[in-house]
Amino acid sequence: MTRPLRFLLNGSPVSLAEAPAQRTLLDWLREERRLTGTKEGCNEGDCGACTVMISDPQPEGGHRWQVRNACILLLPMLHGRAVRTVEGLGEGGAFHPVQEELVRHHGSQCGFCTPGIAVALAAAHADGRRDFDTALAGNLCRCTGYASIIRAAEAAAEAPAPGWVKEDLARLDDLAAPGPLTGPGWIAHDDVDAFAAWYRDHPEARLVAGATDVGLWVTKKLMDITPVAFLHRLKRLKRVEVTTTHITFGALAPIEALRVRLAEDAPQLGAFLSRFGSEQVRAAGTVGGNIANASPIGDSLPLLIALGATLRLRRSETRREMPLEDFFLDYGVQDRKSGEFVEAVTLPRPRAAEGRLVRAWKISKRRDQDISAVAGAFDFVIANGTVSTARIAFGGMAATPRRARATEAALVGRPWTEATIRAAGEALAEDFTPISDMRASARYRMEAARGLLERLWHESRGTGPIEIDRVLEEAAR
Amino acid sequence: MTVAVHKPHPHDSAPLHVSGKARYTDDIPAPAGTLHLAFGLSPAARGRIRRLDLAPVRAAEGVVAVLGADDLPRPVDLSPAHAGDEPLLATGTVHYLGQPLFLVVATSHLAARRAARLAGIDIAGEKPVLTIDDAIAAGTDLEPPLEWRKGDAEAAIAAAPHRVRGRIEVGGQEHFYLEGHAALALPLEDGGMEIHASTQHPTEIQHKVAEALGLPMSWVRVSVRRMGGGFGGKESQGSALAVACAIAAWKTGRPCRMRYDRDDDMIITGKRHEIRIDYEAGFDADGRLLGVRFAHFLRCGWSTDLSLPVADRAMLHADNAYHLPHVTIRSRRLRTNTQSNTAFRGFGGPQGMMGIERVIQHVAATLGKDPLEVRRVNLYRPMAAVAAGEAAQTTPYGQPVEDSIIDALVDRLAREARYAERRAAIARWNAGSPVIKRGIALTPVKFGISFTLTHLNQAGALVHLYQDGSIRINHGGTEMGQGLNMKVAQVAAEAFSVPVEAVRITTTDTARVPNTSATAASSGSDLNGMAVKAACETIRARLTRFLAERHQCPEEVVRFSEGRVHVGTNVLTLAEAARAAHEARISLSSTGFYATPKIHWDRTRGQGRPFFYFAYGAAVSEVAIDPLTGETRILRVDVLHDVGRSLNPAIDIGQIEGGFVQGAGWLTMEELAWDERGRLLTHAPSTYKIPVASDRPRIFNVALWDGENREPTIYRSKAVGEPPFMLAISVHQAIAEAVAAAAGVPFVALDAPATPERIALAVRNARAGENAP
Repeated sequence: MTRPLRFLLNGSPVSLAEAPAQRTLLDWLREERRLTGTKEGCNEGDCGACTVMISDPQPEGGHRWQVRNACILLLPMLHGRAVRTVEGLGEGGAFHPVQEELVRHHGSQCGFCTPGIAVALAAAHADGRRDFDTALAGNLCRCTGYASIIRAAEAAAEAPAPGWVKEDLARLDDLAAPGPLTGPGWIAHDDVDAFAAWYRDHPEARLVAGATDVGLWVTKKLMDITPVAFLHRLKRLKRVEVTTTHITFGALAPIEALRVRLAEDAPQLGAFLSRFGSEQVRAAGTVGGNIANASPIGDSLPLLIALGATLRLRRSETRREMPLEDFFLDYGVQDRKSGEFVEAVTLPRPRAAEGRLVRAWKISKRRDQDISAVAGAFDFVIANGTVSTARIAFGGMAATPRRARATEAALVGRPWTEATIRAAGEALAEDFTPISDMRASARYRMEAARGLLERLWHESRGTGPIEIDRVLEEAAR
Repeated sequence: MTVAVHKPHPHDSAPLHVSGKARYTDDIPAPAGTLHLAFGLSPAARGRIRRLDLAPVRAAEGVVAVLGADDLPRPVDLSPAHAGDEPLLATGTVHYLGQPLFLVVATSHLAARRAARLAGIDIAGEKPVLTIDDAIAAGTDLEPPLEWRKGDAEAAIAAAPHRVRGRIEVGGQEHFYLEGHAALALPLEDGGMEIHASTQHPTEIQHKVAEALGLPMSWVRVSVRRMGGGFGGKESQGSALAVACAIAAWKTGRPCRMRYDRDDDMIITGKRHEIRIDYEAGFDADGRLLGVRFAHFLRCGWSTDLSLPVADRAMLHADNAYHLPHVTIRSRRLRTNTQSNTAFRGFGGPQGMMGIERVIQHVAATLGKDPLEVRRVNLYRPMAAVAAGEAAQTTPYGQPVEDSIIDALVDRLAREARYAERRAAIARWNAGSPVIKRGIALTPVKFGISFTLTHLNQAGALVHLYQDGSIRINHGGTEMGQGLNMKVAQVAAEAFSVPVEAVRITTTDTARVPNTSATAASSGSDLNGMAVKAACETIRARLTRFLAERHQCPEEVVRFSEGRVHVGTNVLTLAEAARAAHEARISLSSTGFYATPKIHWDRTRGQGRPFFYFAYGAAVSEVAIDPLTGETRILRVDVLHDVGRSLNPAIDIGQIEGGFVQGAGWLTMEELAWDERGRLLTHAPSTYKIPVASDRPRIFNVALWDGENREPTIYRSKAVGEPPFMLAISVHQAIAEAVAAAAGVPFVALDAPATPERIALAVRNARAGENAP
């Protein structure tokens, strides 16, 4: 007899005897609950029309709200959580302040994206945030041009939040009893050791952390993903541990935690990671998932490689470590044994130091929530006008995220001059033979990668505005 | 003083939108037993179907029926142009990758989608015609090239002191309405059919469903409460779903519904037409255009759809706001083995304008002038000068431009946006900036308002006044977010002098208002507002006559004002007046009708007055580019736009802001890509990028021109749906200015969309001395 799946929906407890592994929250809301306010816009987590708020258990205890795309959120992932849809934003017959202001400021036209936008803004409101461009990076609107939506968000910022924002989170601790939860073809452990032992014996199982990619296998490829192990309850793997020299991210630390933590040491890296997916995707996607998925365009990977990250893999009670870059053998092929899983990644802290230059940049057609044509990360030390260390890694330039070793060799020990940079740019052609696809041509990828090297040089000289977003910020002031 | 019009009422559905209560087609609760549909799609772009094995589809879980072309009750042509080239399901040959081959009817949406992938399909493939070059080589014109001539452009160019020639290529655009296409068919007891669809054109759906089932139109009823965005994409291309649902409902006797998954929507439906424009222009030392030749090449996709009028409108806007004394415009409409391109906000107009704006930029660079100077010397003669007796200048198609305010509008915008000062400051800034370069541009818009197919310029309405004074309005327009229903309700409220809340807005329904035109061409409030006003005035006149008789006074003393009905010194509420009239057996319901006056058009000769009036506007955009990577940001935008006397300034500003950002997306980041087999590679928002919040101009000043329509439109307002889209051409021009600055050359032939790649490579090519084609 399996235990029921339990969660709060708009403040009311829900108990489901059966939850198929690939039933999405969106379909369940619309078809079973007839809560049709949550919309299907793209069915792949890219438009935000299905945005819902869900509670996220914190590794240090307690819960916080986050936004997620219901279209790629699978029902088993909800156990023990609170869910708020657009229908549950208001309280006592009154609108949530963001709803009120969206009406007043003409923030809806066709209205189809509006529920998702209202939810995304309500989540930002719950955290007292004012960075609305970031909060809305995962919500497309085709009608308004966004200006009216931002005006509404600003107008709502000071209004008090409804009571449920706190009350829901206080009701969660008794909701889900400890122990593994199972359903047809799936299991969700809450203890890492138990999971490790189980996975050793069930290495054929598919591991699902945030489902930002696996969700699309369900909704677009229409794949049967079972047998599957959902990992989101392994709270211990969400931890981020910081020492004076290193940071260790548990595999299930969300990308958002990576962004927040690295931004503390190096604000520019935070800016880079703020362009990783969207708010919804950074909340769902995990550091370990990005690594295990091993996409050549996974945006965290060139950064982690350039910073010299060490990967820790675990099989049952056996652990091994390797430089992260050695994990990626070829497209779709990683150095991971049967029954082995990504447990953590450790990296030296990217703190400012004399002569140290740490930067990461992403190039894509759209600034936010796009997939990189090229992403480049650089960790340099320039001492006495000479390059003493150069670690460079690129995404989008090869079948895997990779170090640019020939380019590094063309830099180390050389004077830090424009001529050296140009020579290094030439060396990029030894490191990479990029492909052409719908995102970029091979020629452009190479030129843009060289452009990033050149940008790094300009940055180090501190002459004039180099990053276009800084020009934008200054112009907006 | 007005009580309802000219006021910034919020969208009538706004409280429903923000609470999730607003129902779209797929939200309508359907009866138990409703079936779900999906199309099986062609995996090849061109060829003959050798074998279509549907047995595995039929055997799949949840499948109730599978229909191929031979299973349809009769052949179905979905072509809005009645061209006979758009079968619902492919018959024998396939014409694009993604063309529907068969229809799956199943117990759930997911079951239908799963089964649709199981067919055994064998197609004897032929090399597809994909690009404009392919189509020119293959000569796949939809109709013979169309050419309009005014004066003698060739001679004028030959005699001109200066000449430029060049080419601009402008990519297409996916509509990306947030709500994909959807339909629901409910079979009726007597064989009739009731359809709910996300469509801008319920009458066409009614017509196509009736044809497909062999029914009179009166047996088919189509309703549309609202769409989650349309932008032209739901003008013709929703027929496939509605007809499929109707046929499946007729076959099974059960309600049937269908929605396209986003990828299917993008793979099946057409987009904005990609265009190539070759140009040649002769001009004098001031930049005055003496002769211009344009050759348009439009990529139309696999079927005729609306491509001919779209291509016509591109020609009709080849002049934009500039007087061209001698001009030749030639247009080729090319069939390709890709999605059938269709209506999209501006309907070809934006593409046509890109040509002349490029010419202006090229001319200015050649003369070393500020492009704004060149623009100014070429703008149409002002309305005031024409009113003072100077001859109106005519468009390339012979329509006198009698209402131009563009010169004064441009002057005011340039002044308020400090264009000249900022342009100089940008030049200085660029000189001191080692990497990033800025650019600024001001571009005008003159957009013709009316359907070019003259008979479409009509609308009907049905208004009911109830005994309690409440009003219910029905009109032929559809609500897709543009606020049409609110504007029309304001018109009705004004007619009876009651608050707009007293007017009930309803679902658009072909059973209540018949023979409607598509809600398109920016015409929604112009046409339907007038029809509703006519209906209201009929009822009001009946009330007036009745009250005058009852109170034994002349009709002139009966007034509807300040929410009351005044009969001399007697004051009644509208409810009291309505009740009394009802008791006196006076009809309180009326139809209303409107047909746009003055217009006529001969498209083959390119002569006539296709437009009732023009809407004007202008924008100044400032951008920054990073030449190293080609990334861009819009730093600031100032807009001044002419909506006549606005029916609803809040809604109009929303249209301007939204249209601008959509236009900027088209010209910067939105890029469609196909592989060599004709497979659309950008078939989802993961690969096709529309603007997101951070892409909007951070400084975005939008103002309405203070004026009124010279023509007697509804409360002297002007159409607003499409014209602001083209204000974004200023973004493209500003980027081109910045690219030229980065490359250190006066002019760079920048195509669109100006993606980071296109910009970075344009800078590199220009530096290497490779410029115009």
